[in-house]
Amino acid sequence: MNFLTAIGNFVLSMFAEVGRVSIFARDGALRGLLPPWYFRQLFEQIIRIGYNSLPVVGLTAFFTGGALALQIFIGGTRYNAENLVSSIVALGITRELGPVMAGLMVTGRVAAAIAAELGTMRVTEQIDALTTLSTNPFKYLVGPRILAAVITMPILVAIADLIGIFGGFAVGTTSLGFNYAAYIKNTTDFIEVSDVTSGLIKAAVFGFIIALMGCYHGFNSKGGAQGVGKATTNAVVSASILILAANYALTSLLFNE
Amino acid sequence: MRPMSEPHIVLENVHKSFGSKHVLRGVNVGVGKGRSLVVIGGSGSGKSVTLKCILGLLRPEKGSIRVGGQEIIGLAGAELDAMMARFGMVFQNAALFDSLSVWRNVAFGLIQGRKMPATEARAVAIDKLAQVGLGAEVADLNPAELSGGMRKRVGLARAIAPEPEIIFFDEPTTGLDPIMGDVINNLIVDSVKRLGATTITITHDMASARKIGDDIAMIYKGKIVWCGPADEIDQSNNAYVDQFIHGREEGPIEIEL
Repeated sequence: MNFLTAIGNFVLSMFAEVGRVSIFARDGALRGLLPPWYFRQLFEQIIRIGYNSLPVVGLTAFFTGGALALQIFIGGTRYNAENLVSSIVALGITRELGPVMAGLMVTGRVAAAIAAELGTMRVTEQIDALTTLSTNPFKYLVGPRILAAVITMPILVAIADLIGIFGGFAVGTTSLGFNYAAYIKNTTDFIEVSDVTSGLIKAAVFGFIIALMGCYHGFNSKGGAQGVGKATTNAVVSASILILAANYALTSLLFNE
Repeated sequence: MRPMSEPHIVLENVHKSFGSKHVLRGVNVGVGKGRSLVVIGGSGSGKSVTLKCILGLLRPEKGSIRVGGQEIIGLAGAELDAMMARFGMVFQNAALFDSLSVWRNVAFGLIQGRKMPATEARAVAIDKLAQVGLGAEVADLNPAELSGGMRKRVGLARAIAPEPEIIFFDEPTTGLDPIMGDVINNLIVDSVKRLGATTITITHDMASARKIGDDIAMIYKGKIVWCGPADEIDQSNNAYVDQFIHGREEGPIEIEL
């Protein structure tokens, strides 16, 4: 009976948490989109979330593209399908690896930073101070972060796509003996606009998840330094899992032909 | 219709619980316009929760809180914003915004709440800093560069900058040496007198309570056990008050270890 009670409590607390996150997401999105807007905050967050993530996302994409080219070449030689390297690298990067790898890397950088910053603001009463200074914390803190992540993630992923494909090109032409022009032609002939746009749609959703999880866990942290640490861990873990789950759901939705 | 003689701030039978913990068990207290009430009590007696209920940061389950005759429990949206604009708050650890310079902290309510242009708000901030004994050279520092006493002064300057009609002080002298504590007490008395504001201060520092308060209320286990003029506290004939102000271990107050 105790075992059943434990399962029941777990399920109830899980649904309660889903409800809390949903209400937080609604409030964050609605209040972030309605005036007054904090453009200075939005601009700062675009720089922090987008511009400052460029190096880590770019490096990840480059090495992923290179490794993908090597793997497909090695696998392809078994079936005399080495010529597929350029097209599969382009498809793999734009549809899956670009958005997912960028999403996970930005999660590590940004969701953690947002949760730590807002968590510290919560435990040092800075969020309460905002309220007493006639400033809605959702509008001032949550709205700009969610909006900035939704705007910048597709741009980051578009850049990651280019760098990832270039990584495959660099490995393909220097180590695997492909001809420069043939590699580029195979890539451009094979890739379709929908391959890229589907990745960018995923990126916007991932951006929303990253900022939402960072803000939610930071906003609700309690108990001093330990609470802030826990909020940071929870933000990274929950954002990573949600990104992978959302990736599967979006893939089945976008490529359901 | 409330009687004209009703105090500026009135709390009637206010109850607040956290789970099974019943923190406020029917708080009744009032503060006249332009007067200073100090609420004293030990740790965990409900002082901070009382303050947060008046500020709208926590919502009581039962009771009434009226400011200028207007019920504030249940206020939302523009009405709540309008009420919050009448309040100022000095937090225990100042709760300065780490990401903003000192003058931007002081001017925060003016810029965000009242949409004052930054250049004008900076001039007001420097004037308010001068009122709390800080020079203009402090204006561009970051809060992390300030000592504890300076942070308290900046917190006070931030609270008085929008010239609110009601100011709350949360443990204004905690963590300060007795001399700096007295300096802060004098600054509070001076700035409050200059504004003609109604104030509520929570503290367990009796020197501070005697200096700041026109009236003193003692809270114990979520109820006001004594309330009267500050200069009558030594003749209260209340066992709880006597034990607290003399700092005796023996008496009706149970220490929770």
